[in-house]
Amino acid sequence: MDIAATLTTGFGFWNPLIWLAVLVVALVIAYIIWVYGESSYKPGTEQTKPYLSGNREPAAKRDVHLGGGHLYWGFTEALSGYYDRIVPLHTGVLTDYLLWFFGIAAALIIIVGLI
Amino acid sequence: MTGDVILQNAPALLLAVPMLAAFATPFIGRYSAVARNIWVIAAMTLTAAIGFILAYDVFTAGTVIYTFGALDPASALPLDSGGIPIRIIFTVDAMSAFMVIIAAISGFAVMLYTMASESKSSGKDGFYALFLLLIVGIMGMVCTGDLFNFFVFLEINSLAGAALVAYRVDKGVAVEAGLKYAVISTIGGLFVLFSIALLYGQYNALNIAMLASSIQYTALDKIALVLLLAALAMKAGAVPMHFWTPDAYSMAPGSITALLVVASQASLYGVFRVVFTLYNVVLDYVTIGWIIIILGILSMFVGVTMALVQKDVKRLMAYHAVSQTGYMLLGLGVGLAVLGQQAALDTYGIVAMEGGIFHIINHAMYKGLLFLTAGAIIYRTGIRSLNKLGGLGHSMKWTMIFFIIGALAIAGIPPFSGFASKLLIYESVFLFSPVLSIIAMVVSILTLASFVKVFHSIFMGPALPEFAGVKEAPLPMLVGMGILAAITIAFGIAPELVVDTIVTPAALALVDQGGYIASVLGGA
Repeated sequence: MDIAATLTTGFGFWNPLIWLAVLVVALVIAYIIWVYGESSYKPGTEQTKPYLSGNREPAAKRDVHLGGGHLYWGFTEALSGYYDRIVPLHTGVLTDYLLWFFGIAAALIIIVGLI
Repeated sequence: MTGDVILQNAPALLLAVPMLAAFATPFIGRYSAVARNIWVIAAMTLTAAIGFILAYDVFTAGTVIYTFGALDPASALPLDSGGIPIRIIFTVDAMSAFMVIIAAISGFAVMLYTMASESKSSGKDGFYALFLLLIVGIMGMVCTGDLFNFFVFLEINSLAGAALVAYRVDKGVAVEAGLKYAVISTIGGLFVLFSIALLYGQYNALNIAMLASSIQYTALDKIALVLLLAALAMKAGAVPMHFWTPDAYSMAPGSITALLVVASQASLYGVFRVVFTLYNVVLDYVTIGWIIIILGILSMFVGVTMALVQKDVKRLMAYHAVSQTGYMLLGLGVGLAVLGQQAALDTYGIVAMEGGIFHIINHAMYKGLLFLTAGAIIYRTGIRSLNKLGGLGHSMKWTMIFFIIGALAIAGIPPFSGFASKLLIYESVFLFSPVLSIIAMVVSILTLASFVKVFHSIFMGPALPEFAGVKEAPLPMLVGMGILAAITIAFGIAPELVVDTIVTPAALALVDQGGYIASVLGGA
């Protein structure tokens, strides 16, 4: 069995080993460019401090960290019309779960019975 | 000699070993915790080994038949049966063997993980007994060729799963989740039982091959089909019957959640077995195919969008499990929708099914891995809120690496395993309907976005003072995660090998209803 075989999809193909070889070449080129760059890194100076839009870094580490709830605010706000409808459906009430289950079964009986 | 006995009786041993081990576990645990741990690991290792032996036999020599109680178990129609398959018969074809492999790998990796993750908890005798019974339920569901027997194993699966969800009471919240899972599973089980009664009443048979050879698609058959489809799709977590999934997955211990993914996949296997093997030629392929496709698309989209707004790490991952199940339903649904059109089936239908089936094993590995990493984080910090976690990349480097592997795989980033199966689905489904393929790609992008959020929330940022004492997960947990991570990478590097060896035979076994019937009834 040839582990390097190409996966054919009927429409295209995928060979991870070729992809990895290309990736390695790209990384080597990036490394070569990097080593020819100018080294200006000075540890322990102003340049190693995080840039917080000109504000001073808070003393408490927790104040720097963004929690998961703060991410994708714009995305969920843009889709608030969708989320306002879909989230309340997840009531956590068992009888609601059963109602959905029975409802889908009833709908399927109508669809399968009629067609 | 011993090897021959094991090989000939592998389907029976696959259940007998974990079942006997489960019942003996509480007795051994009374005397020694160490002996009990060795006992359950040995039982799971032996079960996994038997599973691999059985799967190897199926993939090299064809479908394995095992008739319980017959002098010659390989004969489905012994002389004393009057030519009717009256006994319980296990029919292990390539699709069944494929599922056995998944359960064997996951069961073994998760069992190793539990040795550390449950080390601080009490009540481990019952925990491990239920763990092994869950394995019995999964293995039985995917191996049996008898519809009533399938119901029995479905019940074992559901009850053991519900008990394990509720096992760590957690201020009553876990018990509530377990109760919800138990009630909805029981109602689903009654649906399955009622549909079996409808079929038995008409055809005087419970054997799937026997039923498949005589089914007519009467009005009662249609009702039975709908009840089976609805119940098994609900158990698989398909939207809009998925509501129990985030509750149960998030409250179960991390190790058990990884195994619940496989338990749900056994129900997904049931959906495919019913439509492809039990009904197949009598079905209205387009209608049933599109029902499965629509369930798949809803699962993908609702699952991932609900995941994006979650703040509990395990609840978020549970919604992703719902979303990923959608890919499997989509792939197999497209295959079913074109089952009556040979040209379309050959061009893209089989590839779509291969993608869906390949995604089942990939999902079991990387989603199992992600749930184990979440379990490791909760084990060390006791916190599951993404708003409270942070900076753990400084102290839990291996867990972080395993998380990255799982997250990139689930998001379909090359060269990890999720990319290969998703590519098969994207490109084949595109030929069927470009819109469906585009939705699948958008869902992958949202999946990546969601896991970037999780990665940032848990591992990035400065080392927080409240987690100063947090250490890396214990070695057995790392080994369990490492096994699943290694498989996720290996399947991504050599996808064609996996597809050729186990995925394509599974897809072809599903569409070959005549072959399944002939393997039991001998060319009927």
